[in-house]
Amino acid sequence: MKSSIYYQTKKVAINFLVHLFLLSMVLLCLYPLLWMVASSFKTQATIFSDISLIPRQFHFENYYLAVSKSDFGRYFLNSVFYTISVVFGIVVISSMAAYAFSRLKFPGRNIIFTVFIAAMMIPIPGSFVALFILLNKLHLRNTPLGYILCMISVGLSMSIFLLKTFFDKMPRELEDAARIDGCSKLGIWRHVALPFAKPALAVVIVFNALNVWNEYVLALIIFDSKNLMPLQRALMMFRGEFLTNYPLLMAGLTITALPIIIVYLFMQKYIVKGVASQTVFG
Amino acid sequence: MKRLFLLGLIFCFLFCFGCCKAAQDKKKVITVWHWMTDRDESFQELAKQYEQKTGIKVNFELYAPSEQYSQKVRAAAQGKNLPDIFGILSEKKDFASFIKSGHVANLTPYLESDNGRWKKEFFTKALEVNEFKPDNTYGVEAGFYGIPIDVMTIEMLYNKKLFKKAGLNPDVPPATWEEFLAAIEKLRAANIPGLVSGWSEIWMIDCFASNYAFNIMGEKKVLDTIKGLIPYTDPDWIKVFDLFAQMRDNKALVTGVITMINKTAEQLFANEKCAFAFNGSWCVNVYKGMNPDLEYGVMLPPAASDSFPMVVWGGAGSSLLINDRSANKEIAIEFLKWLSDKDQQVFLANKTNNLPANKDALTGIPPILAQFADDMDYTTHPNIWGISEFPIVTETLDKGIQSIIIGEKTPQQVAIEVQKIKERELARKKP
Amino acid sequence: MRIKSTLENYFFILPAVIIFAIFYIIPFLWVFQLSMFDWDGILPTKTFIWFQNFKEIVIQDPSWWQAMRNAGYITLIALTFQNAVAFLLALACDREIKMKNFYRAIFFIPPVLSEIVVGMAWRFIISDVDGANIINRMLVSVGLPQLVHNWLSDPKTALTTVALVHSWKGFGWGFLIFLAGLQTIPKELYEAARVDGASAWDYFKKIIIPLMVPVIVVVAILTILGTMQAFALILGLVGGEFAGHTSVPVLRILAVMRDSSRFGYACAQGISFGAILVAISFIQYRLSKRYREA
Repeated sequence: MKSSIYYQTKKVAINFLVHLFLLSMVLLCLYPLLWMVASSFKTQATIFSDISLIPRQFHFENYYLAVSKSDFGRYFLNSVFYTISVVFGIVVISSMAAYAFSRLKFPGRNIIFTVFIAAMMIPIPGSFVALFILLNKLHLRNTPLGYILCMISVGLSMSIFLLKTFFDKMPRELEDAARIDGCSKLGIWRHVALPFAKPALAVVIVFNALNVWNEYVLALIIFDSKNLMPLQRALMMFRGEFLTNYPLLMAGLTITALPIIIVYLFMQKYIVKGVASQTVFG
Repeated sequence: MKRLFLLGLIFCFLFCFGCCKAAQDKKKVITVWHWMTDRDESFQELAKQYEQKTGIKVNFELYAPSEQYSQKVRAAAQGKNLPDIFGILSEKKDFASFIKSGHVANLTPYLESDNGRWKKEFFTKALEVNEFKPDNTYGVEAGFYGIPIDVMTIEMLYNKKLFKKAGLNPDVPPATWEEFLAAIEKLRAANIPGLVSGWSEIWMIDCFASNYAFNIMGEKKVLDTIKGLIPYTDPDWIKVFDLFAQMRDNKALVTGVITMINKTAEQLFANEKCAFAFNGSWCVNVYKGMNPDLEYGVMLPPAASDSFPMVVWGGAGSSLLINDRSANKEIAIEFLKWLSDKDQQVFLANKTNNLPANKDALTGIPPILAQFADDMDYTTHPNIWGISEFPIVTETLDKGIQSIIIGEKTPQQVAIEVQKIKERELARKKP
Repeated sequence: MRIKSTLENYFFILPAVIIFAIFYIIPFLWVFQLSMFDWDGILPTKTFIWFQNFKEIVIQDPSWWQAMRNAGYITLIALTFQNAVAFLLALACDREIKMKNFYRAIFFIPPVLSEIVVGMAWRFIISDVDGANIINRMLVSVGLPQLVHNWLSDPKTALTTVALVHSWKGFGWGFLIFLAGLQTIPKELYEAARVDGASAWDYFKKIIIPLMVPVIVVVAILTILGTMQAFALILGLVGGEFAGHTSVPVLRILAVMRDSSRFGYACAQGISFGAILVAISFIQYRLSKRYREA
C-alpha cells in the first residue's frame, strides 16, 4: 500500500511537468508573434541586425505610416465587409444544406452529399482563371457580389461536412418536440438545429473568417479597381518588387492579425462550452 | 434575427450596385496596369502632371507582387479585359503568344514615324528586347511591340570595406576567374563569406550560367545549342557547370545560397555579411534603404576564359505594351511617348534609382548607378536572341546547377540529364 | 403531400447546390477539359492530346513524384508529431482548470497568423546565415554544440525543418477539436474509474482513446487534406523548391504554369493531385468505419 505522501508528491510532480510542458508550448507559440510585433517597431536598417525582442528604439510611427501610406482604412473596411458577408452566407446556406442532408429525406441525398465532400478534397489550382472567365460571362467580374459568391463556394464543402456530422448527433426528441408544437421544417432548422450546433457553427465561423480575411489572389484577379480590394493588398504594397519595407509590413501584419484573433477569442467560448453537454463530437 | 438577415441582403446589394454605377462614368481615361510597387507613388504624380497638361486622366493600377500580376494579366487576356496599357513579365515565347492572340499593338509605325524620332531616344539594347526581327522563330510579324521605361543590368557587386579588411585592393576587383578564387581565399582567411545571390530563384542561376557560357564558348555556340545543333554534353558546357563545382569546392558561396530569394541575398549584402553579390541594378535602391553607408562597387563577373568577351544580361527592365483592342489606343500611345520622354525619365530615375531607358536622361544619375550604365555595351538578353530554349530544359539545367552547388550531382551528370530532356523535347516537336 | 414535402426538402439544399454548381463544378469541368489539351494559357488555339498529359505525369515526371513524396513526408510528420502534441496539450488543458482560457487563446495564434509571416519569422529564428540563429545558440548554451546544424540550408534537414514549422502552425486546429471532443467525455466515467482503482494509464487506454476515435479520424482527414496542399510556408522558409528537396505538388503546379507555360499540363497535375487526395481520404474513411462501428 503506497502512502498518501507518495500520491501527493506524484500529483505535484505531474502538475509541475504539465505546466512546464504547457508553458514551453506557449513560449514557442508566442515567440514568432512577438518577433513580428517587435519588428514593427524597428527600422529598415535595424530589423535584421538588431535581434533582440525589445527594440532599442520604439518607432511607433511605423503604424501611422503603414496605415496612411497604403489607404489602409478602405481596404480594412472592404475586408470586414467581405468577411461578414461571406461568413453570413456560408452559415445560412451550409447549415440549411447540412440539416437537409442529415435530417430530411429526398432522392439523391447521398450522391449530392458525396459530391460536396469530394469537392473538399479536390483542390483546383488554376481555378482562378476559370472563375474569372465565369464571372466575366455573368457580368459579375469586378463586383463585390462576384467575389463573395466565389468565396462562399470555396467554404461550402468543409462547412457542410462539419455541420452535418454535428447534426447527425442531434437527439431526435428535440425535433419531435418542436414538430409536435407545430413547427415547420424551416422553423425546426432555426429554433432547434442552429442553437444545438452552436459549437460547430463557431468553428465554421472562425474557419471561414480566417480564409476570407487572408485571401488575396482571387481578389486580385477578380477586382480591377483599387477601391474593392481587401486588406491583403495593403500588405502587398509593402512587399515591393525590389524593396520590401519590412517594418511597415510587420506593422501591417500585426494590424491584420488582430481582428481575427479577436473573432477567435470571442467564438472559442461557444466551441468548448456548448459541446460539454452533448454526445461525442464527430 | 430575420431583420438582420434582410439588412445584410440589402447592404450587399447596395454595395454591389454602388460599385457598378461607378464603372459607368465614361470620361477619357487611360488605364495602366503595373507591378512596380516602388514606383507607384511616382507614377501617380506623373499621372497628375499629365492630366494637368492634357486633361486626360491616367489611372495607374498596381497589382503586386509580380507573380500575381502575371496571373491577373493572363486571366484578363482570356476574358479580353486587358487595360489600355500593361506589361508582360514572361519570356519571349509568351510575349509572342500574346501578340499572336491580338492583345498587343504593333508600335513600329509610331516609333519610326518622323524619321524615327521616338525610336532614337532609346538605348538600342532596351528596344531590342521588345522587338521581333523578320523571320523570327516565333512566327510573329516583325516589329516593335513594347516601350521600355527603364533598363537594368545584372552584374556582380563587391563590398569595398570588406575587401580592405581582407587585404584586397578595393579599387581593383578581380577580373579573371583565377583572381576571383584567389580573392575568395583571402576573404576566407579573414572569415568573410564570399558570393551571395538569390539562387532559389532559378532564373538568377540561369543568368549567371548563361553569362559564363557566352564567355567560354561565344554567342554562336550557345545559340546553336539552343537550336539543338550542339549537345549540352559538349566539354564547353561541362566547363560552365564545373565553375559552380569550383565555387562549391573553394567555399566561394554563402551557405544556403540556394535557399535564398533575391530579397534575402540583398539583405545579406546590405548588412555587410559577405563580400560579393550577383544582383541587378535595381539593388541600388534596396541597398540605400537598408544601409545607406554601404561602400560598394560594380564589376563584371570575372572572366573564366579569354576566348570570348564576358557578357551580362541587360537591356530593358520594365516595358509597357499597348492593348491592340483598346478603344483609347491612340491617346495611350501618346501617353507612353510622354512617359518615355527625357524629363519624365529623369524624374523616375531620380525618384527610384533605376536606370532610364532614354539615352538623354543619363545625366544626373548617382555614380553607383552610372557604373551599371557603363557596362551597357557588354549586355545581352535571352529576349533578343531570337530563339528560346524549351522551358523544361532550362529548368532542368538550373535545378541541376543547384544540385551541383549542394554537392549532390557532378557537372557531367547534370550535362547528361539536361541533354536527355533536350532530346526528348526535340523529338516531341518533330511532328 | 409527399411531393410537396420532398420539394420543401430540396429547397434547403438549393442555394448550396446552385452556388456549388456554378462556382465549383463548372470551373472543375473546365480544368478537367483543359487537362487533355496542350495549351500555353494565352493563345486562342489549343491542341487536343487525349491523356498524354496524364501519361507524362505518371511516366516522365520524376519531379512531380518527388513533390508528392515530400508532401507525404510533411503530412506524416503532421499526422504523428503535430497531432500527438495537439492531443497531449488537449489532455493537459482538459484537466488543468486554472489557466485553460489563456492556453486556449495562445495555442490558436499560430493558425491565425498568415503563412507569409510565419515563414519569415521562423526563417529569422532558425537561419544561421541571414537570421538570428536562435536554435543553434540555444543548443550551445545548454551544452549540446555537436547538434548545431544548418537546419535550413542543408538539403538533408531542410524538409524536416519545414515539416516541423508546419506542425507548429497547424497543431492549433487539432488542439481545438481534440479539446472539444474531450469535453464530451462525462466526468462520471473518470470518477467511476478512480473508484474501481484503475490507473491513469488504464483510464487513458480504455476510456479516452475509444471514445475519441471518431474525433481522431476527423482530425486525421482534415490534417491530410490541409497539409498535402501546403506551400506558402515553404516559400517563406527556403525560398522555393530547394533543388527539389522541398518541392510540393502545389509549388510544382504553379511552377509549371508560370515557367513553362503549359497550362494544360498544370491542369492535369491538379486533377491527378485531387484524385490522389480523394483516394487517400476514401481509404481512410473506410478503414475508420470499422473502428467506429466497434
